[in-house]
Amino acid sequence: MAAPASDAPPSSAMGGILRDAALYALVAFGLCVPIIAYRTDPGPAGLVLVPRWGLVLILCAAIFAIRVLQRLVLLRRDARRALTPSPAQATEAVGAEPDAGQKVSKVGLWVFVAVALSLPLLATVSTGGLSSARYWIDLGILILTYVMLGWGLNIVVGLAGLLDLGYVAFYAVGAYSYALLSTTFGLSFWICLPLAGLFAGLWGMLLGFPVLRLRGDYLAIVTLAFGEIIRLVLINWTDVTGGAAGVSSIPRASFFGIPFTADEDGFAARFGLDFNSMHRVVFLYYLILGLALFTNLVTMRLRRLPIGRAWEALREDEIACRSLGIDTTATKLTAFSLGAAFGGFAGSFFAVRQGFVSPESFTFLESAIILAIVVLGGMGSQLGVAIAAVAMVGGPELLRNLGFLSAVFGESFDPSEYRLLLFGLAMVAMMVWRPRGLISVRMPSVSLGERRAISGAHVSEGHG
Amino acid sequence: MSVAGINVLVDETRALQSGGRPPLLSVRGVSTYYGSVAALKGVDLDVAEGEIVTLIGANGAGKSTLMMTVFGAPRARSGHIVYDGQDITRMPTHGIARLGIAQSPEGRRVFPRMSVYENLQMGASLHGERHFAEDLEKVCVLFPRVKERLHQRAGTMSGGEQQMLAIARALMSRPRLLLLDEPSLGLAPLVVKGIFDAIRRLNREDGMTIFLVEQNAYHALKLAHRGYVLVNGRITMSGTGRQLLDDPAVKAAYLEGGHGAPAGGAHG
Repeated sequence: MAAPASDAPPSSAMGGILRDAALYALVAFGLCVPIIAYRTDPGPAGLVLVPRWGLVLILCAAIFAIRVLQRLVLLRRDARRALTPSPAQATEAVGAEPDAGQKVSKVGLWVFVAVALSLPLLATVSTGGLSSARYWIDLGILILTYVMLGWGLNIVVGLAGLLDLGYVAFYAVGAYSYALLSTTFGLSFWICLPLAGLFAGLWGMLLGFPVLRLRGDYLAIVTLAFGEIIRLVLINWTDVTGGAAGVSSIPRASFFGIPFTADEDGFAARFGLDFNSMHRVVFLYYLILGLALFTNLVTMRLRRLPIGRAWEALREDEIACRSLGIDTTATKLTAFSLGAAFGGFAGSFFAVRQGFVSPESFTFLESAIILAIVVLGGMGSQLGVAIAAVAMVGGPELLRNLGFLSAVFGESFDPSEYRLLLFGLAMVAMMVWRPRGLISVRMPSVSLGERRAISGAHVSEGHG
Repeated sequence: MSVAGINVLVDETRALQSGGRPPLLSVRGVSTYYGSVAALKGVDLDVAEGEIVTLIGANGAGKSTLMMTVFGAPRARSGHIVYDGQDITRMPTHGIARLGIAQSPEGRRVFPRMSVYENLQMGASLHGERHFAEDLEKVCVLFPRVKERLHQRAGTMSGGEQQMLAIARALMSRPRLLLLDEPSLGLAPLVVKGIFDAIRRLNREDGMTIFLVEQNAYHALKLAHRGYVLVNGRITMSGTGRQLLDDPAVKAAYLEGGHGAPAGGAHG
């Protein structure tokens, strides 16, 4: 499929496009015949073949239409490119006006914060009551947990460039720290939260010390193994962790010492409100929002300090870093353990929210989702990670509401079962169209006078 | 550069050598291996304070290996490397850098996705903010092109500009000894001249000691007080820059067609 010449007249180009699309439809038809055209249903006397030629027709027509559309879009893009020099050719990116995407990323984080802050209010108003807003606030909590995990992992993967496939291990350490400390010693959430971060950070250091001399693929495999080891220890060390049954009846979070109960000492009575179990949920929402923003704040601050700069330099070129007098092992360790500590914070929040932890919650899939959020968001971009978390965690929820699809694909079609398939498609699409992630622009951490955005398109792919 | 200039440099060298002080960097009997292959076979070399010393040799002679061995990566399997009276043979690379040795490595190795300014900040990591502004001003005077591009990503600059940045970044750590690995590699003659002029200024005006590894033997020997010739991991010849330039063997091996060329005629 050669790309059409950008200066070709539309009429002759159109014929080529239609031919091309027809070929696509034909291939699709060929594929559909064995896969979709007949469904086997269990009938009274063995399997019955149910023909579905209508569906095949719809699919082929859709593929034809999509291909035509795609070629038309590409044609327009190529024509545009022929007129303007590609940004990759320009060596001088300094004086350029920030483009629309760059402007968006500048205000985007504030928009995100504003929406996040007002979500409980918005949900309450739009659903007509605090209790009926529970679904939305719970979803918000879930998304924010992943935003926080994404931001934490971003320190390790996005900034320091260390591929960590076992991040969920630190999430688990944090969750079990709170679960065990509170059920065994009766420590409150506010004491356990920093402890959980500390423990996770220590585990990060413990793992990091021997393995950080590894690079790239090897490091990824060791961290993957570490994630599994932690999970297996949690399952098998029954005396302490309760094994596969997990730890239950973990104390709930209190409002800085005031419990969310209906009695006189409770939150509602103290503040003169009517008791509503939603107070706790809203509190948890703002708690995780605060934790996530804290993660973001620390990351942004550190980026401007020498240590953050050293992380980024390490990602770019380790040998050059060393010859500049930077202790690469210590620098990697700080990134690894700081990322782990934030994972620990998120873990202890997870435990206090669920009131129950078990090894089930800390499978490799979790690590993969968090990593996918970071990669999808554009490594190193804070806003991109937030958007990706909304898409990756909120997306499946959206799928549940796509009931009309069952009219097309048959009664038993459950869109949410296709979640992972859609993740895969989204990833492939990203690789093709935005290989540097949703937000691939970053502001220089430091600059003299005016800040200038540097687009990812201006640089060749980094290595390291 | 004029002939008179060379004579001045040669005189300076003699003065330094007659001083009788121990050299700033002294390499003694250093052998380095990649697996079982010996890249350096007992190299002896001295760099005195305030000197420009160049090491010339063909591809694969072990020039870059020697420079990296000084920095501890790869490590010397035998022999000693002494810097300022201290044995650094077994020191970690970052520890060596902290003693005041800076390096502009082969292939530049700037941080491509960070801005030029951030690259320079990385160079100054040993000193933090203490004299950053002052040093920035200094390297900007030395390399005006770097100043023009402070806010550009380093990876978007041309090869020559990246080379200047690599040297500027090394200078930000205020080194006593500057190691330069093939600063002229793949650059246009005019750019090479600019970089060699800058090296000369650093040595003359700041008294910086410079150890230069080069394939561009003609320019390097013209610039250097003293030079060494490395062949297959062994030092085969040493002398002042002028002596080596006039040596028939050096001429034949490294200056073929390059001898007597005008200053702009860079030749590998």
